[in-house]
Amino acid sequence: MKLSKRIFAGLATASLAVTVTACGGSDSSGNFDDTVTVGILHSLSGTMAISESTLVDTEKMAIEEINAAGGVTVDGKNYKIEYIVEDGASDWPTFAEKSKKLIDQDGVPVVFGGWTSASRKAMLPVYESKDAFLYYPIQYEAQECSNNIFYTGATPNQQSEPATDFMYKRSPAAGGDFFLVGSDYVFPRTSNTITKAQVKQLGGKVVGEDYLPLGNTEVAPIISKIKVALPDGGIIINTLNGDQNVAFFKQIQDAGITPSNGYYVMNYSIAEEEISTIGPEFLEGHYGAWNYMMSIDTPASKKFAKSFKKRWGSDRVVADPQESAYNMVYLWKQAVEDAGTFDDNAVREALVGQTFDAPQGPVEVMANHHLSQTVRIGEINAEGGFTILEETGVVEPQAWNQKHPSSKGYACDWTDPKKGEKYRM
Amino acid sequence: MQLILESLFNGVAIGSVLLVAALGLAIVFGLMGVINLAHGELMMLGAYSTYITQLIFKQVSFLKPFYFSYVIVAIGIAFLVSGTVGILLERTVIRRLYGSPLETLLATWGVSLILQQFVRSVPLAYGSGLVIALFFGLFSPLFISDDLLHGAKGKLIRACNWGFSALIGVATGGILSSLVSKLSRASARNVDVTAPSWMRGGIDFVGITFPKTRLLIILITLISVLVVIFFLDKTAWGIRIRAVTQNRPMSDCLGISTETVDIITFGIGSGLAGVAGVAVSLLGSVGPNVGGNYIVGCFMVVVLGGVGNLLGTILASFSIGIMTDLIGAGRLLSIWPEMPSPLYSTIDFFATTSMARVMIFALIVIFLQFRPTGMFPQKGRMVES
Repeated sequence: MKLSKRIFAGLATASLAVTVTACGGSDSSGNFDDTVTVGILHSLSGTMAISESTLVDTEKMAIEEINAAGGVTVDGKNYKIEYIVEDGASDWPTFAEKSKKLIDQDGVPVVFGGWTSASRKAMLPVYESKDAFLYYPIQYEAQECSNNIFYTGATPNQQSEPATDFMYKRSPAAGGDFFLVGSDYVFPRTSNTITKAQVKQLGGKVVGEDYLPLGNTEVAPIISKIKVALPDGGIIINTLNGDQNVAFFKQIQDAGITPSNGYYVMNYSIAEEEISTIGPEFLEGHYGAWNYMMSIDTPASKKFAKSFKKRWGSDRVVADPQESAYNMVYLWKQAVEDAGTFDDNAVREALVGQTFDAPQGPVEVMANHHLSQTVRIGEINAEGGFTILEETGVVEPQAWNQKHPSSKGYACDWTDPKKGEKYRM
Repeated sequence: MQLILESLFNGVAIGSVLLVAALGLAIVFGLMGVINLAHGELMMLGAYSTYITQLIFKQVSFLKPFYFSYVIVAIGIAFLVSGTVGILLERTVIRRLYGSPLETLLATWGVSLILQQFVRSVPLAYGSGLVIALFFGLFSPLFISDDLLHGAKGKLIRACNWGFSALIGVATGGILSSLVSKLSRASARNVDVTAPSWMRGGIDFVGITFPKTRLLIILITLISVLVVIFFLDKTAWGIRIRAVTQNRPMSDCLGISTETVDIITFGIGSGLAGVAGVAVSLLGSVGPNVGGNYIVGCFMVVVLGGVGNLLGTILASFSIGIMTDLIGAGRLLSIWPEMPSPLYSTIDFFATTSMARVMIFALIVIFLQFRPTGMFPQKGRMVES
């Protein structure tokens, strides 16, 4: 009895210690007048943990960098940024719950968080009802524009549209037919609706599409369909998620659906991190489209990759979602400094128009709370990176897609109270 | 003709993945009546065994020339690993819950969560060390004479046995983590099993590409099924297992050690899950959740075939496989393009992977309305029912 009590006490202390260190934030020397605590909310357990934990690492690194450079200066006072990391546990209601906790209990002025659209949709009502502010770093299907969310990932016109254009006009399979493959949830379906409209405009043909239920890795029926629909090769647009990509690429290679046979796959969810898990030998010769690629040859990009490796280990890679996460922390800091306060409404106003020299090149916050950014098309190489083939200029974000039938002609502008979330242009 | 052949091959390929995954469950659930929700996680352990075997063959210099054969070695290793963990599971959890299916269901679900978290947060090198320690701890008493185990110093000898096993486990863990750096850190990331080059690509025959991995999986399934049938029909222990399945108290009275039968049955069922893990690791990626993707399909196949009937399981998995291909790949449409238009549009509507699944589940539900005990129900009076 006594022993078990002792063990219990020991466990309790240990778990307390873990919580304390988890909430501890970072230490760095320097003279600060005060501290400000921000919230970080990603999945650290469950299926999404693999992807989302890289964002936590990046956000921590950005905060540490800002602190090392003197923190946030508001009203002449230097604030050190501290953070509370909460675990969304790959469970969408948990994201909403933890958001409430961060806003009400911890009183954080901003939350950096989310990955899946489902988690964002679950959090959105919380931030809107409490008039708080969420920064969301992932490329997504758009068709949303909230006053209380700031989106730093690409919208479809900053990823899939230039990619489709490239595939149809300038890829080795130019002029070929399209086959669309995706996981069965909102992003692939919305993205493919846009692609279908675009292919039609370009004069091309979509000869088939199929969606794999999440968690299912039996791709044999899809492979049969591709072979029937595209007997002599063509363009495959792939929006499969996570592990399903591994099954897909392993099996299409065995079935002879390869670049050497005239099949070229354009991927919207495969970045450097995924290439290393799937194995470059399966992906070589296929394509990807992102705003940031690790192989961008600029000092800012190299510095970003180098400091990440230095902080988290030389075998780690940086990819587009991490770059977006990195940018949003800096943009928040700049907006706070410009506003001269941590107050949400003032920061939101100051945020629009902020520019930042990101690892991908210059980005700017637009009136619709999205970022204008550069789009790059890359071919996957044997070393597990992208060989960048094309680079657009800076592309402005469309929160409401202009090719999607339901949102054609609409836009979003939060700087003009008469326009707001969705107005007809 | 070519279309039909291709469709048949695809159906058999999909079906054999289902069958190899469900085979172990057909024994554990079918013969023993244990609802083992951790079956998928035993598959996952098999898949991780393949990954570890692959890394060892890559890193250890004297094994490098034999890299081409690592998958075959992995099958044996996976069988032992999953079998060992399965026996441990039977001895510690399930044995106490025989006759209470609901509790078994909850307990094994808990075990499945523990196993998932285990591979996420324990470095694989030490994980394998633990399994090896368990292996020696559980099996070496079989080679020590009974007099010693139950004699005056029985306790001491058993303690020594576990001590030595633990030492071997720690040593293996240490050696593995120093040899293969990838195994020395815990990671929740999915890992990748790459088939050796002779197993990649396809064979072109009469205008159809037969992917080699699929052929290999069909072969693994075929051999597993034959071995299981041989074991159950021809060996003494197989006959004892069937006797216990049919009438446990009577077998007990006739001197069959039902406890040993339980251990063997569960061990073989779990080991087969491990073999299935090797097969699925060749198709997709290996991660903590890989087993969860298959568990529903496994139960579906066993129930559809008729609980307790191996032939039913085999037929059920192949018919589901062929249906998946016929409906999901829209092959009915290409085989019979002139079908009446209302039928055509209905089939076209179901010709996507997600809708095909809905359709197949619906058909199974309808089938079970008429044959609630599956394709081949157990004949005769069961003592337990």
